[in-house]
Amino acid sequence: MLDRDGLQMRAAFFRAIRLFFEEQGFLEVDTPIRQPLLIPEKYIVPIPSGSHFLQSSPELYMKRLLAAGCDQIFQICHCFRQGERGRLHLEEFVMLEWYRLDADYGALMTDCENLFDFLTREMVGCVFPVPLDVGWERLTVAEAFSRHCSVSVTEALEKDVFDQLLVEQVEPQLGQDRPTFLCDYPLELASLARPKPGQPDVAERFELYVSGIELANGFSELTDPDLQRKRFEEEYATMDNERGRQKKMPERFLKDLGRIERAAGIAMGLDRLFMLFLGRKKVADAVSFGPDELDS
Amino acid sequence: MYSASDLRKGLKVLIDAAPYVITEFDFSKPGKGQALYRCKLRNMITGNQLVQTYRSNDKFDKPALEERKMQYLYNQDDEYHFMDTENFDQIYITKEQLGENANFLQDNMELQVLLFEDKPIDVTLPIFVNLLVTVAEPWAKGDTSGTDTKPITVETGYVLNVPPFVVEGDKIQIDTRTGAYVTRVKE
Repeated sequence: MLDRDGLQMRAAFFRAIRLFFEEQGFLEVDTPIRQPLLIPEKYIVPIPSGSHFLQSSPELYMKRLLAAGCDQIFQICHCFRQGERGRLHLEEFVMLEWYRLDADYGALMTDCENLFDFLTREMVGCVFPVPLDVGWERLTVAEAFSRHCSVSVTEALEKDVFDQLLVEQVEPQLGQDRPTFLCDYPLELASLARPKPGQPDVAERFELYVSGIELANGFSELTDPDLQRKRFEEEYATMDNERGRQKKMPERFLKDLGRIERAAGIAMGLDRLFMLFLGRKKVADAVSFGPDELDS
Repeated sequence: MYSASDLRKGLKVLIDAAPYVITEFDFSKPGKGQALYRCKLRNMITGNQLVQTYRSNDKFDKPALEERKMQYLYNQDDEYHFMDTENFDQIYITKEQLGENANFLQDNMELQVLLFEDKPIDVTLPIFVNLLVTVAEPWAKGDTSGTDTKPITVETGYVLNVPPFVVEGDKIQIDTRTGAYVTRVKE
């Protein structure tokens, strides 16, 4: 739970983020939190809300706004993912997403650098855990595994231990003396991202790490509706249907996707980022009320 | 049956036919990846530690654990005998299994016995016990060793350090969690 000072700091943090994006010409949007159909993501369990679901991310509708001609948009909203509870996870958390038309993931990395630089100047009295004025590290997933892990990324994928090794061996090494962009994910781990030109086995996806903590996931959007449909079909094929989700295609989204030529988008967990500014260790200590503080 | 999402600190699960308690727990989930449930567990019989990462599909049986109120009767060599206060069943627990707890057992003391598949594996003592001092050397006046405690022996054979004013025949209160002297008791 945050005290009055903490709440004031959190309000200043949100204000600074909005100011940053507005100064860059971004439009703040809000899209439906309750959605009848979510995009298929094998490892995200949605929370039902009547006949709908609470959003796990505003991604789908923000991309439809790109298709409608909005070229730079951002949103700060609550997202919901069932069963995600831990030191760095809340089932309800605040996400910042922003999207750029005619851009790729490189532009988003630059945005991250500029945003953090802006925030450290605005957040008076807060000390960010790592220096930001040295060049941020850009490390490919393949490099990170060969540097920090006992097996190669290919072997980790074959043995189905990619996530476990990433969490246990790679992540703790990332972003320790400056922020790290972990880039170029194996294609099968990025169902909404564009394959990297000239390197068809990796996708233009990155995650941002500070002090071993994952803060954001961004990518160059896959804008080929046929390929996206195929990726969704593949994702559905690996998902069990026990949670009552219908394996339907988001047809309006796919149609709109065909109207976008190039775009890039990123999702950033704001509770975690604010936790780092506060110097706290648990994300529940960076929000107004943690899950254990609610009446039940 | 528990699933991975039930895992949390303090939960008891059955692994390889042995009861384990989770002593540390952390949920992690990289980017768009799988949920990982990272646990440190302690074998409730052997005390051995185990570090394991579980995934969403992992399932766990509940260990057949039961806590019963029992009365301590007596010990014969290394066997400590107890009686269930409800059905008067008698069981014994070995000295090795009792560990430090054997130091604080008094005849007729009531305590909780934890059974796994009907076999006793642990006892929960009252936090404070009063024990009779059976051996205490008188405090040597003029002792300049600089210590302000002396070792004494209580009725169970347990040896601990107490303030110098404690004498043979006194009753003293001991904290069973630490094994330390608390106070002298008047009865």
